[in-house]
Amino acid sequence: MKYTSKFILATAAGFTAMTYSFGALAQDVTGAGASFPAPLYSKWASDYNKATGVKINYQSVGSGAGIKQIDAKTVDFGASDMPLKDDELKSKGLVQFPTVIGGVVPVVNIKGIAPGQLKLNGQVLGDIYLGKITKWDDAAIKVLNPSLGLPSDAISPVRRADGSGTSFIFTNYLSKVNAEWKSKVGEGTAVNWPVGAGGKGNEGVAAFVNRLPNSIGYVEYAYVKQNKMTFAVMQNASGAFVSPDDLTFKAAAAGADWAKSFYQILTNQAGKDAWPLTGATFILMHKAQDKPVQAAATLKFFDWGYKNGDKTAEDLDYSPMPASVKAAIEKSWSEIKDAAGKSVATK
Amino acid sequence: MSSTLPASNVPYGMTGSDRRSEPVKAVPNPPSNKPKGWGGLPDKLFGIAAKSAAILTLVMLLGILLSLVVGALPAIQKFGFGFLTSSTWDPVKEDFGGLVMIYGTLATSFIALLIAVPVSFGIALFLTELSPSWLKRPLGTAIELLAAVPSIVYGMWGLLVFGPILATYVQQPLQSLLKDIPFLGGLVSGPPVGIGILSAGIILAIMIIPFIASVMRDVFEVTPPMLKESAYALGSTTWEVTSKVVLPYTKAGVVGGIMLGLGRALGETMAVTFIIGNTNQLNSLSVFEAANSITSALANEFAEAGAGLHQASLFYLGLVLFFITFVVLTLSKLLLTQLKKSEGTKS
Repeated sequence: MKYTSKFILATAAGFTAMTYSFGALAQDVTGAGASFPAPLYSKWASDYNKATGVKINYQSVGSGAGIKQIDAKTVDFGASDMPLKDDELKSKGLVQFPTVIGGVVPVVNIKGIAPGQLKLNGQVLGDIYLGKITKWDDAAIKVLNPSLGLPSDAISPVRRADGSGTSFIFTNYLSKVNAEWKSKVGEGTAVNWPVGAGGKGNEGVAAFVNRLPNSIGYVEYAYVKQNKMTFAVMQNASGAFVSPDDLTFKAAAAGADWAKSFYQILTNQAGKDAWPLTGATFILMHKAQDKPVQAAATLKFFDWGYKNGDKTAEDLDYSPMPASVKAAIEKSWSEIKDAAGKSVATK
Repeated sequence: MSSTLPASNVPYGMTGSDRRSEPVKAVPNPPSNKPKGWGGLPDKLFGIAAKSAAILTLVMLLGILLSLVVGALPAIQKFGFGFLTSSTWDPVKEDFGGLVMIYGTLATSFIALLIAVPVSFGIALFLTELSPSWLKRPLGTAIELLAAVPSIVYGMWGLLVFGPILATYVQQPLQSLLKDIPFLGGLVSGPPVGIGILSAGIILAIMIIPFIASVMRDVFEVTPPMLKESAYALGSTTWEVTSKVVLPYTKAGVVGGIMLGLGRALGETMAVTFIIGNTNQLNSLSVFEAANSITSALANEFAEAGAGLHQASLFYLGLVLFFITFVVLTLSKLLLTQLKKSEGTKS
C-alpha cells in the first residue's frame, strides 16, 4: 500500500516534470480540417514529435469545419481538400499551400469483372450518377467495353452521404466533362444527388459497393488498394485510358501551373498519363500572425514533412508534391508575417 | 435534441430496479428533521439549491431554443414555412427544404413504435405475470443490458448483418413478386440493398424496446397486489386482469415509457445514419426507399457546411426537430389528461 502510493506520487511528479520541460522547450501546434489527409498528418506529427519534441495536434473535423476554425483563429493551421479561390483567400487574409496529392477512384461490383477491366469515361460516369444510364449493358458502356460480358442488370450508384473533399473532386470532374451534370447538379463537398444510396465515409461507400451486386461507387485510392476493390479504368482528357496509381496522380499534378497560383484543381488534367480524378489537399494559414512563434513552429513542421515525409506519404498511398512545387511553396511562406511585418519563416 | 425529454439519457433500468426493491408503503413516521440551533438555515439553503437547479433547466432550454432560432434565422427569412414542404436539398444552388428529413424522422419513429410497443408490452406482461420466478431476474437484466449497447453498434450491425438479411429474404422476394402490380410494386420499390426507412425503423425498434419494456415492467409491478388478487378472485383471466386492472392503474407510466422510447427514436443519430441511406430525394413512398432523417442530415453535413444558408438550414432542421419533440410531449400530456377525465365513466 505504502509502496503503491509512493510509486503513484513519483509517477505524478515525473509527468509534471515532463509536461513542464516540454512546455518550456517547444510550442504545441494545433490544426484542424480535412479528414482525407488526417492519417498522414497524424503520422507526420508523431514522427516529428519523436525527432524534435514538438507536439502537433491535428483534429480531423472536415474541410468545412477546418476553414471555419482557421477563420476564427482557434487553430494555427486549417486544412481543406477544396482549395479556396484566390480572391477568397485575399478577403480572409489567408495563404494556402498543397501538401500531398491523392486520387478518387470509381469502383464497381459486377460479377465476372476483374479490377481494371471496366473502362469508363466522364460522360458515362456522369450519366450513371444522373440516373440516365440505368443498366450495365447500356450501349454507351458497351461502346467502351466491346469485349466485356456486361449483365443486363440495374446499376446501383453509391455515393458519400457526408460532405467530403472526395465528393468535391468527383463532382468537380463530372462538372467539367458532363454538361448536364454541371447544369443540374454542379460541384461541391455536398450536392443534391439525383440517385443513389449514401454511405458514411469512404468505409461506408466501400462497404456498400462490396456487398451490393451491380453497384458503382467512388472512394479514395487507399481504400481501393487496401481492400483490393474492383476499380474502373478512366479515359482522361487526352483520350487515353489510365489506371489509378502514384504515377498517374503525379502526372496530373505535374500538368498544373503551380507557379501562377496554388489554387489548382487537378481533375481532368491534360497529359497522356494523367489520372482524371486527382486532387491535392491544402493547408490554410493567416498572413498576418498574432502568434508568430506558433506560425514559425507550424511552418517548420511542414518544412520537415516536405523534406522527410515523402516515404510516409507513399506508404499511406498519398503522392508527394513534385520537388519544384515544394520549392515554390516554401518560397511563398515569406508572405506569412508577424505584427511588425517581419516574415516568420526562419530560413 | 433528444435531451428535451428529460430522462432519455438516464439508463432507466437503474431507477426502475431501485423502485422495485422498495414496496409501496406509507412512509413510517419520519424523524424530526430540524436540528436544534440551526434556525432552518440548511432547509433554506437546500431549498435555494433545488430551486436554482430547476431554474437552470429552464434557462438552458430557453438558451438552446434561442441559439437555434438565431442560427436558423437566415434560412427562416429566406425559405419561411415553405422549408417544411419543399423536398429540394441542394447545397450547390443553396436551395433548401426539409420535407425529406422530416418525413424520414417521422416515418422511422412511427415504424419503430409500431413494432416496439406491442413487443415491449408482451415482454413486460410476461415478466410480471407469466414468467416463472427463476427466469424473471436474468431476463430482466438482459433487457436492461440491451439498453446499454451503444447506438453505433446497432448501426453497424444493421448495415452489415441485418440489412443484407432484409434485402435477400424480404425485399427481393417482395419486389420480384409485386413488380408488375402497379401500386403495390411502387410500395416496395427501391435499390435492393436492405437500407432505407423500414430497416432504420426496425433497428430503432430494437433500440427502444428495452426502454419501453423496462418502464412498463416497473409500472406493472407497482400495481397493488390487492387489486389484482381481488380481480383474480372474481374469476378474471390474466388478460382481463391486465387490461382492466393493471393497464388502467398504470396508464400514466405506460404512456410515459412509450414517450421515452419515442423521444429516443426521434433523436437517434448514429444508428439511423448507417442504415437509412442518406438520400435527400422523395422518389416514392416505398418503405424500402433510402431516405434521410433530421439527425442524420445534421451529423453528416454539419462539419462540411460552409457558413451561410447551408448551415442556417441545418439549424432550421434542428429547430424543427425541437418542435416535433415538443409537440410529441404535449400530445402525451394531453392524452394523459384525457384518460384521467374519462376515468370511472365506463364499467
